[in-house]
Amino acid sequence: MPDQVLEVFRYLPDSEDEPRFENYEITYRDNWVVLDALNHIKEEQDPTLSFRWSCRMGVCGSCGMMVNGEPKLTCETFVRDYDTETIKIEPLSHFPVVRDLVINMDDFMEKLPTVSPWLIRDQHDDPDEGEYRQTPAQVAHYKRFSMCINCMLCYSACPVYGLDSTFTGPAVLALAERYNMDSRDQGQADRADVVTAHEGIWECTYVGACTEVCPKDVDPAGAIQMLKLSYALDWAKGVVMPKGAKK
Amino acid sequence: MAGVGVSPGPDRSAPLFWLLFAGGGTASAMLLPVMVFLTGIAVPAGWIGRDDLAGLLANPITRIILVGLVFLFLFHWAHRFRYALVDLGLRGLGSQAWLFYGLALAGTILAGLAALRL
Amino acid sequence: MTRELHRPLPRSWWLRKATYFQFMVRELTSLAVLAYTGLMIWALFASSGDAAGFSGFFDFLGSPLSVWIHMIVLVLALFHTGTWIALTPKVLVLWRDDERVEPDVIAGVNAILFLAITGVVLWLVLG
Repeated sequence: MPDQVLEVFRYLPDSEDEPRFENYEITYRDNWVVLDALNHIKEEQDPTLSFRWSCRMGVCGSCGMMVNGEPKLTCETFVRDYDTETIKIEPLSHFPVVRDLVINMDDFMEKLPTVSPWLIRDQHDDPDEGEYRQTPAQVAHYKRFSMCINCMLCYSACPVYGLDSTFTGPAVLALAERYNMDSRDQGQADRADVVTAHEGIWECTYVGACTEVCPKDVDPAGAIQMLKLSYALDWAKGVVMPKGAKK
Repeated sequence: MAGVGVSPGPDRSAPLFWLLFAGGGTASAMLLPVMVFLTGIAVPAGWIGRDDLAGLLANPITRIILVGLVFLFLFHWAHRFRYALVDLGLRGLGSQAWLFYGLALAGTILAGLAALRL
Repeated sequence: MTRELHRPLPRSWWLRKATYFQFMVRELTSLAVLAYTGLMIWALFASSGDAAGFSGFFDFLGSPLSVWIHMIVLVLALFHTGTWIALTPKVLVLWRDDERVEPDVIAGVNAILFLAITGVVLWLVLG
């Protein structure tokens, strides 16, 4: 069986000032994903290697890393798909590195609640009256944007976020659209402060890399363009009919 | 980090410039290729004579349309180009919104004056 | 907490991947739009009554330099048109009952519209 080399980014701030790469040789296995290789390395070769993972099946969003320069979920990335002898593993781009492959995700976590990702209604019906019902069509309007697993691959792909970390970013804005498009929600105007701030949708230049790398086909780029049109039309209506404008 | 360096509240001018960018982008997407073909190929090839072109440009309707297109094209350029500068790492220059939209407005006024033969 | 490592994005980020490069070319087509707008403004001035001015403009259009510049602008303009039509379905999301109108349909309608507009303008000017 041919051997494969994993060139892994190491950063051990407790003992070393500078990051470096360490090469680990692994025996090629046809059915391994990159996460399997990393766990094998940690168990058999180097217990000091740190990285995040959890469900190992592409639903928790924990195991995001750069694999040969592309943001990937390592539990869904098969070693056999790489022709190169060496596979380079680095922490997710555009986030500060805490140690090895572990990044600081505080910025993302702090941004999530700012778009009020819950149903906003003028009046909440009494639960005894039963659930809010939706037709399949109504669900279809927002379903795609609800599939986000918060893996942050989109932030790693986005050059706007890479250049300016105050940008709200793809996943958070897609989440805003998920609620704006939900027929049970009435909070589009309430989300405007954050979504239509300069650091919100208007900073996006539609590179589209976020949608390309998304493992759950959320299409955050599409969500942001829809938000731009939607809020621009809200603005236009407010100019033409100020009395009819929302709060 | 959220809250640090974030200007509070909606950007109230952004929708206007985005709509102008979108309008200009659509107009240029639909019309620019044929216009470039006309002045860049049809004229030198002799498919439009000197008098034909002069007559076309003298027509007031043509002139009004051209001014309208200058307006849309310039505001499309202004918005897209200043954000391109930001993406190229030149945030300082790209942030000078007044410069780019000001140039677009100046160009539009210039076109308007020319159209009115002033 | 010990020191976190920051890895700033280099200015050359858009040269690293084909899709990033195509994005930057797309954005820079705006310069082609700017350039042609300059010609349009010149055309308005040149046709403002002064015969000599118009001759200068018309003669320039016949020059090799003008043809070369127009070719470059045409390529960039077509790239802008192509990318713009392809992105329209992302902004303009239309629904029929349960299902979203196929993005390709929206792009296709826009492409047909482009061809129709091109045809109409050619007919009006050359016909």
